Amino acid sequence: MSLANFTKTEFKNLFRKPATEKYPDGPATYKDTTRGHIENNMDTCVLCSVCQMRCPTGAITVDRKAQTWSIRPFSCIQCRRCVDNCPKKSLSMAKEYTKPDVVKSQMDFELSDRQKAVLAEQARQAAERVAAAMEERKKAAASAKQTKDGEAKKSEDNKTQ
Amino acid sequence: MLENTEETPLIGLLNKIKEIQTAGDRLVQICATKIGGNYELLYTFGRDYDIRHIKVTIEPGAHVPSITDMFPAAYLYENEIHDLFGIAIDGINHDYKGGLYRTPVEAPFK
Amino acid sequence: MAAKRSVIPFGPQHPVLPEPIHIDLVTEDEKVVEAIPSIGFVHRGLENLVTKKDFGEMVYVAERICGICSFGHGYGYVDAIEHIMNIEPTGRAKYIRTLLFELSRMHSHILWLGLMADAFGFESLFMETWKYREKVLDMLEAATGGRVIFSIMRIGGLRKDVPDDILSGFLPELDKIEEGIRACEKAFLSDPAVLGRLKGVGYLSKEDAVKLGCEGPFLRASGVARDNRMKGYAAYSDMDFDIITSDDGDSYGRCYVRIQEIYQSANIIRQCIEKMPKEGIYVPIKGFPNGEYMTIIEQPRGGACYYVHASGKKFIERMRVRTPTFANIPALAKTLQGCDVADVPILVVTIDPCISCTER
Repeated sequence: MSLANFTKTEFKNLFRKPATEKYPDGPATYKDTTRGHIENNMDTCVLCSVCQMRCPTGAITVDRKAQTWSIRPFSCIQCRRCVDNCPKKSLSMAKEYTKPDVVKSQMDFELSDRQKAVLAEQARQAAERVAAAMEERKKAAASAKQTKDGEAKKSEDNKTQ
Repeated sequence: MLENTEETPLIGLLNKIKEIQTAGDRLVQICATKIGGNYELLYTFGRDYDIRHIKVTIEPGAHVPSITDMFPAAYLYENEIHDLFGIAIDGINHDYKGGLYRTPVEAPFK
Repeated sequence: MAAKRSVIPFGPQHPVLPEPIHIDLVTEDEKVVEAIPSIGFVHRGLENLVTKKDFGEMVYVAERICGICSFGHGYGYVDAIEHIMNIEPTGRAKYIRTLLFELSRMHSHILWLGLMADAFGFESLFMETWKYREKVLDMLEAATGGRVIFSIMRIGGLRKDVPDDILSGFLPELDKIEEGIRACEKAFLSDPAVLGRLKGVGYLSKEDAVKLGCEGPFLRASGVARDNRMKGYAAYSDMDFDIITSDDGDSYGRCYVRIQEIYQSANIIRQCIEKMPKEGIYVPIKGFPNGEYMTIIEQPRGGACYYVHASGKKFIERMRVRTPTFANIPALAKTLQGCDVADVPILVVTIDPCISCTER
């Protein structure tokens, strides 16, 4: 009965539930490992721009002045390189795919107020440290000059003697 | 490093390839590389799993003879080299005359 | 009186073609006398990108040469660089690479079965085969995170490990897929309607296949036992498998070889999971590559060459990919001579054309 080779499978399929998901009506299922889209936790990001440098397609832009982190999701190739290289583990890979759109949009994220305050505080402390270090260096230079002057004076004294 | 590679001047190329054809090898691929100002053509032949290469260095503007008399299937490779690198290859059995790749820039790898 | 000759253009847009290839068919009545193939509709210049991306980033570009044999392209490029830099990947990395390679071979062959069923007008068989392809894609997604582009290759090893519990979960899935394909196999290899479309169509002799430089299942269907996996790259030297050939030399033989290779791949995956070593997945690399190398690997569609010429800088001078379809086109033109016009779509599909990797 070679004619009915596939008929059996077809009959079985008539009574099986569909092999596909009713996606736009129901939710889509993803694997745990699925690389869907990039998310950035704006509470921990320090705007170091390592992700911007590592991105093979240049989809990420970090603006330190405006304190924003932007991504162009339609340039992103979901390679996970930024997530692997993030020093603060602020970036993460979410399971859902990028939402479709009619324009190649750019998504801007501003740092959270808390993180802004933290960064400002860090910047202030850094500035203080720098100022302190400068002060130290000035003092050191001054004392060195003093001793040098002293030595020079001494040698002059020696000469006159 | 590339194993089993022989360097041949352009004049001796056809004789060399004739030898290989008589030995019964098959053509694996032909590829061009731009090194400095010159071009390097790499002809790869194989017998079962053994691979050997013939390397020819040519200057820009040189005319290379086609090997399609001996290996009729080489026409795609030769047309590709002509279209991408702008190297003139004479006597191809199916000459597309620059129409194999439809690139907006002529010879983009030149 | 001799029949009048006319030229029928076939492609680049045609219902049976997934990708653009153009063939000028010189016909006499219903017989094709000569076929002149031409490509070049989707040339993207990816080979030239190698001079603009650094050699580590280029892996992502190499993977994107093609959507079906993506893993193989990434592997070929990485393997060539590793040979230039004298890096030996760890055992586990090699085994996982082999496993993913075989999964993508299964995915590619099942996809081809569906396209073939579509080409001879068996829609429900097409749906049935792609149901199993979906399962393979799910496995790939579970292992790597990507369904089509895996982004798991890295020079020196892998970017992420595939845990053992995911790997052992593959075994029941493989059994299910194999069972399903065996049900479909009956339709492909013994259904009289299908046999009428495949048997004796597009015969290619053993001598012609070698002379015209055929590769892969197209070559093996003509009775030539050549499979680059036998060279033992990655972990293939530890695997137990035979070369599958067919003496038919026609479309039926090509179908037979590909179906058998699906089972063979499933077997190799089982062996991989069984023998999987435990050690690490990545060997750190130092410096820049300097030298040239050509890797030849067996893609689902046949042998593919990856030539890399590096000169000790961040950017590589030249990468060249010779894909199997590129090598199979002259032989396709040969098989088209003397066939009926109605068989042309089937013959074009039997070489499993992948035009975007051919033109890069």
